[in-house]
Amino acid sequence: MNNLYDVVDLSKNEIMTILDKAKYFKNQITTGNKSFKNLNGKTVVLAFFENSTRTKCSFELAAKYLGAQTTVLTSSGSSVLKGETLIDTSRTLDYMASDAIVIRHSQSGAPYFISNHIKSKILNAGDGLHAHPTQALLDMLTIYERKEFQNLKVAIVGDILHSRVARSNIHILKTLGADINVCGPKTLVPKGIDKLGVKVFYNLEQAIKNCDVIIDLRIQLERQDSGFFPSTGEYFKLYGIKEEVLKYAKEDCIVMHPGPVNRGVEISSGIIASDRCLVDEQVLSGVAVRMAVLDMMLGGEN
Amino acid sequence: MKILIKNGLVVNENEMDKQHKNIIIEDGVIKEITALDKIEENEFSEVIDAKGAYVLPGLVDIHVHLREPGFEKKETVKSGSMAAAAGGFTDIACMPNTSPVIDNKYTVQLLKYKIKDDAVVNVYPIGAVTKGEKGEELAEIGKMAEEGIVAISDDGKPVMSARIMKNAVEYASMFNIPVISHCEDETLVEGGQINEGMTSLQLGLKGINPLAEEVMVSREIALAAGLDTHIHLAHISTKGAIDLIRDAKKRNVKITAETCPHYFSLTEKEALGYNTYAKVNPPLRCEEDVEAVINGIKDGTLDCIVTDHAPHAVEDKNLEFDRAANGISGLETSLAATYTYLVKPGHISMQQLVEIMSKNPAKVIGIEENKVTVGAKANLTIFNPDSEWTVDSAQFYSKGKNTPFNGKKLYGTVETTIVNGKKVYSRGMGICL
Repeated sequence: MNNLYDVVDLSKNEIMTILDKAKYFKNQITTGNKSFKNLNGKTVVLAFFENSTRTKCSFELAAKYLGAQTTVLTSSGSSVLKGETLIDTSRTLDYMASDAIVIRHSQSGAPYFISNHIKSKILNAGDGLHAHPTQALLDMLTIYERKEFQNLKVAIVGDILHSRVARSNIHILKTLGADINVCGPKTLVPKGIDKLGVKVFYNLEQAIKNCDVIIDLRIQLERQDSGFFPSTGEYFKLYGIKEEVLKYAKEDCIVMHPGPVNRGVEISSGIIASDRCLVDEQVLSGVAVRMAVLDMMLGGEN
Repeated sequence: MKILIKNGLVVNENEMDKQHKNIIIEDGVIKEITALDKIEENEFSEVIDAKGAYVLPGLVDIHVHLREPGFEKKETVKSGSMAAAAGGFTDIACMPNTSPVIDNKYTVQLLKYKIKDDAVVNVYPIGAVTKGEKGEELAEIGKMAEEGIVAISDDGKPVMSARIMKNAVEYASMFNIPVISHCEDETLVEGGQINEGMTSLQLGLKGINPLAEEVMVSREIALAAGLDTHIHLAHISTKGAIDLIRDAKKRNVKITAETCPHYFSLTEKEALGYNTYAKVNPPLRCEEDVEAVINGIKDGTLDCIVTDHAPHAVEDKNLEFDRAANGISGLETSLAATYTYLVKPGHISMQQLVEIMSKNPAKVIGIEENKVTVGAKANLTIFNPDSEWTVDSAQFYSKGKNTPFNGKKLYGTVETTIVNGKKVYSRGMGICL
């Protein structure tokens, strides 16, 4: 596998190959085998210019479980705070004999930007509002273990406008043959998104009607200043995923969330605690998917 | 100094000559325009063979960022004026968003000295509307007018306060200089990077809704009407704005408007691949807007074509998209782009090109219009429409190599530029100092 920037670049076959491999790794980890040799002698550098818990730690552990050597750069505590540019930072890491750089950045397009300047392979761990390929893959793995993709009814709910998770999930679900409804306040649903082949709803109950899967997105509380919606209270009332509203979805509908969650804003504590919420499962899927992707990118023997 | 231009086809804004002519320039003035007779070439200090190309009145660009003082790594009066000459411009007006901002008589004087020493074409300073372009207090417009500014503008930024804009328009009118308005409602832009549309959706970049331009255009039209005073609208790019301007003109509101070549030739798709050379403010728009700009030029709604020449150093553009500077280095592609996208496809004639690239801009800033007629000042552009070339910004005289036209094919080359009766640029020899 070459550089992984976006799920839009992956064919259905490639996606299924990754999911099958990830499924294997997930089973292995669950039975306690966290020590593979696939990436022995390889160096994976994590360059995280934006805060992260899940993606950062799961990528690092994924690399380590595969036997790679790793180092993690975060903006805080680094020369980025001295004003060093992205180009210079990436080249510096590249010159430490790294084999792959996993990059998370607040600027859309950052992975493409650095690709012109470094030799290491590049894995996009989330760039701005644009894409988050491994998130989409781990979400799919979580669904794959329970349901069929073809004609699956999926509702993506929340701040679609600012969400790279939404964009990547829309692309991957379309490739896999699912039907997608997006839902959020009108101010947070981008113009023209229906042209990507999704149905747009501003009413939650209509959006999740008969759905098999609800992917709930984090409301980025800092954006409230921009006046997209009046208050978290009103948001929760209209769009929060809570018990009362789930009766409109299918009986066995699962609820997913990329994390971190804002309890009482986009999702209720009750739902998080319930069996149908797969947030924890997603985290484990994340490690497995990242192992699969790293293995396909850098792995030698199995 | 006596110059002979042989075999040129004279085009003015009202007519194109039927036959090729010889043009004799002496002491900075067009002395004679005669039929192609045998002529004694020895008596001329310079003989230029136009080889049948168009001889146009010198082009006038009233929206150029020369970056001096303060941003000399991006451009200087010298390099910018050389780029202008290479682009066929004999007269340019420069915006005041330098460092320091041109907002008082001393900075105007400083700029005038620089122009006198370094400029190879005629350069007219534009003063700021507000001190430091901060939008809070009026700049010393009267004192600057005394020093010869041709207009005021806070370009780069809008004047957000309607109160300040109203005062500025009224005050400036006492000195017979127009206010040039950069039409952008900042509260509607909010971190936007490119036009709000399918490209911004695909790339995950914050989009700028066209309303940001239209809302401000609406305000300026109301002010111009209410105060019955001329306001000139800078770099118009949206269908909505053009419709508003068209209606306003029907009501005889004193509005003039300009647009730039990139708004009638390129769309937001240029940004695909996160191409920062396509990042400009106002942003490149969609096909519908491009069509509206072309129609607006055809029917006279848009009076002028300017470049909004915005040169940047490589390190200002070679950054993550959000951090990259806005702007296109346009002086050396403007005439060819206008010819390629407007004249060649038959949207406008060469005469109309002269009107929108020379006559109307001169009128807006109140300078003498250039004409290819006997007795007129010898500001001329010799333009060969048949030559095809591929844009390579590495060859630009401008320090700014930032253009989305790079690698694109354009028709028409500037063969010679004559400023105040002196040959300043020729394609074979470059800038003649």
